[in-house]
Amino acid sequence: MATLLRDDAQVVRALRERDEAAFAALAREYHASLLRVAQIYVSSRAVAEEVVQETWIGVLNGLERFEGRSSLKTWIFRILTNIAKTRAQREGRTLPFSALQRPGAVPEAAVEPDRFRPPDDTAWPGHWSSPPTEWNAPEERLLGGEVRGVVEQAIEGVPPAQRAVISLRDVEGWPAEDVCNALSVSETNQRVLLHRARSKVRRALEDYFSEAA
Amino acid sequence: MTNPVEQLSCQELVELVTDYLEGVLPEDERARFEEHLAICDGCHTYVDQMRTTLRVTGELKAEALTPEAETALRRAFRDWMAS
Repeated sequence: MATLLRDDAQVVRALRERDEAAFAALAREYHASLLRVAQIYVSSRAVAEEVVQETWIGVLNGLERFEGRSSLKTWIFRILTNIAKTRAQREGRTLPFSALQRPGAVPEAAVEPDRFRPPDDTAWPGHWSSPPTEWNAPEERLLGGEVRGVVEQAIEGVPPAQRAVISLRDVEGWPAEDVCNALSVSETNQRVLLHRARSKVRRALEDYFSEAA
Repeated sequence: MTNPVEQLSCQELVELVTDYLEGVLPEDERARFEEHLAICDGCHTYVDQMRTTLRVTGELKAEALTPEAETALRRAFRDWMAS
């Protein structure tokens, strides 16, 4: 990342000047996130890879038309989304509008309801009946390969829209605004997707630490 | 302890954690959230675990472009240059 030209105008100029190294650096930087976003729309990993490849060709071909009205990043992801949607239609897949545009339509609890006292509890309705217990994991274990594996697996297990959001936000460290732009979702919807994904990853870690204890 | 009816329940709190960590809770809700945290061990632990989750997730490496895929892209780039 350090070697990358951070400024959009600089990157665009380099590409227009046919700078292959600048192109490769850009492709490396966005590779994982483009794949994640493509996978919201298309069913297989292989097709998602093709969509990413096509996106770069679309970026190169569209370069002369890029006017900098959006960021380069947003522009690239818009090209990706269009290509991915076309592919999804060809595959006969229903587009995941609901997953992105109405993520809160189907309620999903961050924590199973049976871990709380029932609503008719006379003293403390909705308070923990089975509270979480501290993980007490030493730092080296927490950041070790096994725990990382648990988190990776949990992320793979969440629905694609949630997976894309948690990957961009928490793995790649994008600001919320960039994720909203790349996915064309509102801030609220971005947050619902993030909340659900994070809650599931926490839950996976909780299961792991309680089994391991 | 104040009247529990006016307080956030734990079940409500866990659904607000992301809004809280994102800093988008309105001032009064944020105050209710923090009041609850201060007296509830379970929720305190929960929020702690969520922060730990974010930290561990942040340590993951994003998937890298494979050398084969990079070669294919560079080839596409040269085709584009030649066109």
